[in-house]
Amino acid sequence: MRVTQWLAFRLLRLGLVLLCVATLSFGLVMLSPIDPVDAYLGPQMAQVSPEQRAIIAHRWGFDTPPAAQFGHWLRQLLSGDLGWSHIYNRPVSEVIGERFYRSIALLGSAWLLSALVGFVLGVMAGAKEGSLLDRLISAYAYITASTPTFWLGILGLLLFSVYLGWTPVCCAGPTGTLSQDVSTLTRLHHLALPVATLTLLGIANITLHTRSRMVALMRSDIATHAFAQGASRFDVAWRQGLRHASLPALTLAFASLGELFGGSILIEQVFAYPGLGQATVEAGLRSDVPLLLGIALFTALFVSVGNLIADTLYRLVDPRIGQTSS
Amino acid sequence: MLHIDQLTLQLPYYRRWWQRDWATCFENISLTILPGEVHAIVGASGAGKSLLAYTILGLLPEGAKTNGQLFFQSEPLTPARQQRLRGRELALIPQSLNALDPLARSQRQVSWAALRAGQPKATAWQSAHQALTHYQLDEHAQRAFPHELSGGMARRVLTAMAHVSHANLIIADEPSVGLDPQQRDRVLMALKALADQGKAVILITHDLRHALPIADNVTIMRQGLCVETTTTAAFQGHGDALHSGYAKALWHALPDNAFTSPIIMNALEEPSVA
Repeated sequence: MRVTQWLAFRLLRLGLVLLCVATLSFGLVMLSPIDPVDAYLGPQMAQVSPEQRAIIAHRWGFDTPPAAQFGHWLRQLLSGDLGWSHIYNRPVSEVIGERFYRSIALLGSAWLLSALVGFVLGVMAGAKEGSLLDRLISAYAYITASTPTFWLGILGLLLFSVYLGWTPVCCAGPTGTLSQDVSTLTRLHHLALPVATLTLLGIANITLHTRSRMVALMRSDIATHAFAQGASRFDVAWRQGLRHASLPALTLAFASLGELFGGSILIEQVFAYPGLGQATVEAGLRSDVPLLLGIALFTALFVSVGNLIADTLYRLVDPRIGQTSS
Repeated sequence: MLHIDQLTLQLPYYRRWWQRDWATCFENISLTILPGEVHAIVGASGAGKSLLAYTILGLLPEGAKTNGQLFFQSEPLTPARQQRLRGRELALIPQSLNALDPLARSQRQVSWAALRAGQPKATAWQSAHQALTHYQLDEHAQRAFPHELSGGMARRVLTAMAHVSHANLIIADEPSVGLDPQQRDRVLMALKALADQGKAVILITHDLRHALPIADNVTIMRQGLCVETTTTAAFQGHGDALHSGYAKALWHALPDNAFTSPIIMNALEEPSVA
């Protein structure tokens, strides 16, 4: 009963967050210098007379007040119509769907790998503060935490694609091949380098936070008491540390779920990977308002859902959270 | 059972970042604790009581310097032997309730203590149940997380963790702090019962008045020095059987007695660490 209530409350809040994001991004677009008629016409702008432009604007409802335009857009949103992307000349939902499918392969595997490896490394480092292993892992984490993504991506491309020739230089499949003709193995081959780059960098954050939680536990009364019971460091790390350290790791991992959708813009640019990140850049540069708004909304949805999952898992790990006095 | 001979503990600290100095936490402590005895160590905060407990268990931070000797069951208590006997022969009931893991249920934590004491997996869960039942914690409390327990119940979970290890020397660090009279007596009587089973119990406390009914011997510590070791019987009447002025003053300061606190002479000027 309480769980359903809580879930209903959270879903209501999710709806409100999305409404806020919709309002805010709509407001920002209204304030921006983008003229939708110009953006629609593109290079043919000069061939259209002011009267014709006025007709287009009237047809699209640009002569109505902003509030009415917003209401109109919101009604369309609720009926599932995200609009038409003029740069891809397809419905926005279709563009997002296809790009998302590509991005999820790249970012999903990088996300999963960095969360798991980062957590394990953090636990190992934090279990014995100041040990050789701890210093090695910490040094690695600090270096990668301060490395720019695109720079490592370029280095990786230079070494593995250009110099060694092990991995392809760009894209999600060989150039000049239709998407449906590309085999799974070839896809994986194209994914390898971007995923490796993202994972190498993504590990750092989770490792550092997991490690600091482990170190705090090992210095606490809980660990001293366990040592007094004859426990080894491994024993404490295994029986008690994993649970304690999983809390910050969960928060971080699920908070970054938004990146899964938004796409890693930089890494997709460097590897010319046709994911959502690239679509976002295109939409911004070429004034594709419906696509931009659609991506903003779905990114917000993903971040919120990520936090919702993290909060739910938190309640499972830590019994002190979410318990009202009974 | 435990014999402490001229034990001194020094911890390093940095006066400036290059200049290391040693703080003496306690000095020349000599004690003998017999099986079946409750030995109370009484002193104010910073007297070095808890550090004495950690020294006996070998849980000091790295870099600590000890002098003197420890004997447990007539054999020297070396760091290697301490590590072997911790949780099996030597048990600690810690001072802080934060020593309980907030993410695990009480029975689970007691079963960990049983496993760490060398019990096989098959029986650890069951003996955890028995130990908790022994301390009058019902099924509900056994399934509860530490934050759902009252102070007295949490204290009894900690006692059960020491009990389940079947250790022969139990060090209880301030076990009665923050408890109401009923809970406090319950915890202290549990310690007395452990001593009656033939175990040696060291009761670290600053509450002389409530330690006396269960203790056999009392050691008074002050600023890292052992002021006096005496039998409980010496704390009687006007305290004429007590030798040191500090012990006498402590006795007189109790509400049941004169309830006065004369100015105590010769305050020592050594640095002390709690």
